[in-house]
Amino acid sequence: MGDKGTVWLPEAISSIAPEVDSLFYFVLWTSTVIFVAVMVAMTYFAFRYRRRNASEVPPVVHESRILEMAWIVIPTILVLIVFTWGFRVFVKLNVAPGDAYQIQVRAKQWLWEYQYPNGTTSISDLYVPIGRPVRLVMSSEDVLHSFFVPSFRVKQDVLPNRYSSVWFEATREGTYQIFCTEYCGTQHSGMLGKVIVQKEADFQDWLSSAGAGDMTPEEYGELLFGQNNCKVCHSIDGSRLVGPSMQGLFGREEQLEGGGSVVADENYLRESILVPSAKVVATYSNAMPATFTSLNAQQLDALIAYIKTLQ
Amino acid sequence: MSEAVTKAGPVASAHSHATSRNYLNHDKRLKSWLLTVDHKRIGLMYMVSVSTAFLAAGVLALLVRAELLTPGETLMGPDTYNQLFSLHGILMVFLFIIPSIPAVLGNFVLPLQLGAKDVAFPRLNLASYYIYLIGGVIALMALLVGKVDTGWTFYTPYSSRVGTSVLFLTTGVFVMGFSSILTGLNFIVTIHKMRAPGLTWNRLPLFVWSIYATSIVQVLATPVIGITMVLLFMERLLGIGIFDPALGGDPVLFQHFFWFYSHPAVYIMILPAFGVISDLIGTFSRHEVQGYKFVALSSVAIAFLGFLVWGHHMFVSGQSAISSIIFSLITYLIGIPTGVKVLNWVGTMYRGSVWLQTPMLYALAFLFLFSIGGFTGVMLGVLAIDVHLHDTYFVVAHFHYVMMGGTVIAALGGLHYWWPKITGKMYNETLGRIAVALIFVGFNVTFFTQFVLGSQGMPRRYYGYLPEFQSLHALSTYGSWILAFGLFLVLFYLLYSLFRGKQAPSNPWGALTLEWTNATSPPDPHNFIRTPVVTRGPYDFHKAPELFGNGHAGDGAPVTTAGDPSAAPKPKA
Repeated sequence: MGDKGTVWLPEAISSIAPEVDSLFYFVLWTSTVIFVAVMVAMTYFAFRYRRRNASEVPPVVHESRILEMAWIVIPTILVLIVFTWGFRVFVKLNVAPGDAYQIQVRAKQWLWEYQYPNGTTSISDLYVPIGRPVRLVMSSEDVLHSFFVPSFRVKQDVLPNRYSSVWFEATREGTYQIFCTEYCGTQHSGMLGKVIVQKEADFQDWLSSAGAGDMTPEEYGELLFGQNNCKVCHSIDGSRLVGPSMQGLFGREEQLEGGGSVVADENYLRESILVPSAKVVATYSNAMPATFTSLNAQQLDALIAYIKTLQ
Repeated sequence: MSEAVTKAGPVASAHSHATSRNYLNHDKRLKSWLLTVDHKRIGLMYMVSVSTAFLAAGVLALLVRAELLTPGETLMGPDTYNQLFSLHGILMVFLFIIPSIPAVLGNFVLPLQLGAKDVAFPRLNLASYYIYLIGGVIALMALLVGKVDTGWTFYTPYSSRVGTSVLFLTTGVFVMGFSSILTGLNFIVTIHKMRAPGLTWNRLPLFVWSIYATSIVQVLATPVIGITMVLLFMERLLGIGIFDPALGGDPVLFQHFFWFYSHPAVYIMILPAFGVISDLIGTFSRHEVQGYKFVALSSVAIAFLGFLVWGHHMFVSGQSAISSIIFSLITYLIGIPTGVKVLNWVGTMYRGSVWLQTPMLYALAFLFLFSIGGFTGVMLGVLAIDVHLHDTYFVVAHFHYVMMGGTVIAALGGLHYWWPKITGKMYNETLGRIAVALIFVGFNVTFFTQFVLGSQGMPRRYYGYLPEFQSLHALSTYGSWILAFGLFLVLFYLLYSLFRGKQAPSNPWGALTLEWTNATSPPDPHNFIRTPVVTRGPYDFHKAPELFGNGHAGDGAPVTTAGDPSAAPKPKA
């Protein structure tokens, strides 16, 4: 439980959380009052009217029409109040502000991957700026998952065949728990993460360091090589796949399709990632998709540093 | 009073009971049990099967809770844990709670309360039992074939990936569904066509009304889960995309089909419980149940409206916001008649003659526990709140309060109430009261803590959890031990009563429904010596002195010997 939470609820860290909480407490306390009243009546009747001898026959009681009307009408009114209030907050929960900062979320057994507008990705931990609406656009790569941040009071199932979304505006810096809340197999309870809420400036710093954090360029490049599925077409052990193997590539002279040759230096590697069709190696087809233009400079540097290590 | 002792009907006196011919002892061959068409014997066979399922699933629950004593591994790894909670749910829902009250108490008591000799289709009744058994066996074979860790809801596409064990499970559920449908059909026809002369709809015991409403749901809703199982099969065998996105299907469609049955199914679970509680509170307050017409008709209304709220299980599933809003509104509207029933039951005790015997203690426990379940259901129905609470322990606590605190408590109350009629024996009342107290305390410790766990964010179906949740989880586990002890105590003294219990009189509770006034404990194989003629309501306790005579108002009052021709009931109108 958070140190600023209550018995029932964790700390309220999003702009919508206090509204959800007020509604929660209203329903909780109204229910409690009614419940206690009915239980007191029940207990009182059980003792006050207990059977005193075996043959007593109690009088017939005719139910009061007023009481009957009251206990239908009053709950109906209460229920309609709660419904309307809940409906309004639900609409707010569902409609993200137009200027929300959008982050893609991909769920898979058993981790969360986030991709930010500048191409940076992070795994498990979601970085967000404070005081700005953030909208998550989510899909799953395998089975149903569900993205839940108790402190923000938001939750949405993540589906494999379409996008679902959730939005929030974090109101306090700090680290908050993410859970997966749709059973997804063995490590369902291990599919955790943290939302890291930072001041806008710190968030931008993090973002422009491309989420490399403490990794060296070579380590970061290795991570990116895996995340971007380069291995599907480019082996690192010399075997020929759809594309040339990365092993021993750096510094080698390559013959090109259509004649000519080039030394595979930093510029060649950079160009081949961003514009794959520019210099295709001989005997290979022009099959590499041109989808890696979203990689930023730091990421490109990291990939190249990694490829250099593959001798 | 110079007239013959009673006008309550020809019933053997308590003394000649022990050796008299009854449905248990008239034929002791195994074949006479296995091929019986006697609704009472069938009810008893269901009791044994359903109790076995409850025991097995209960032990699984204890294991699940034991694992949750510590945040990490306590007794087992995640795969085992996931299978245990799944099996707990499957056994409890399909093999225990859906059949429970209708198949056990409904089978036994319904024809007796109607003044009938048996149900409308006795052979079909036996067939229902065997279909249930066969379906259960098929479902359990899933365990031999592979792992089932999908939860009892087996959502796609996870369940499509798990392997062929899920197919055994779905086949088992498909088969067991027929048991439910055929029993429902049988009961509907029985209630329409086999009521004793004078037993008009307005004179039916509320237990009968509740069985009637339940049977409607059983017949209308169960085919939907059957078809869903067939579709799952077709998808797997023919490779057509219905629910699996890898084949072009929609996983949310599965949820719609699943909950279209499973929500009405929870009314199959609770409506009979409401009926039991009505009979208990009426008898043990010696008052007509307040708002009889409302209680009777609202059960039928709830049965139909229950088909319109399935989407409240799916508010964050990806279903449209408009649907969610409509489902939320209808969910509340169903809650209101339910709440009014509780108020009517409490009102029945007002200025009554309340006898705090074990069955009544169960009824009072029901009012407490079911009310909590009901209020938390309203909380979950509030859209904005459900976003936070969905798929957390709050939901787990809610449904245990309504299913266990509601249905199981009512079933135990009914079991204790009708035990003398079913077995001819009385159980030990002191132990009965101790057990209720243990069960009540144990239940609340186990499950109330789970409301707090849930609202704090603890997700359900979690093998491991964050350390900050440990103290509540541990407390819940200790509660489960108290609850288990209480339940084992019940098992013990009920079994003990079969061998050493006092002989039960025909009507130890002074009740006015036909099974008490016109049948022996245990009943004759054909229930009644002659068909009763009914000229009063089921809870007309103000007529008890004339009915029972001799200044008695029931409570073990002796009645005439069997076969007395003057003993047809002739009370004043």
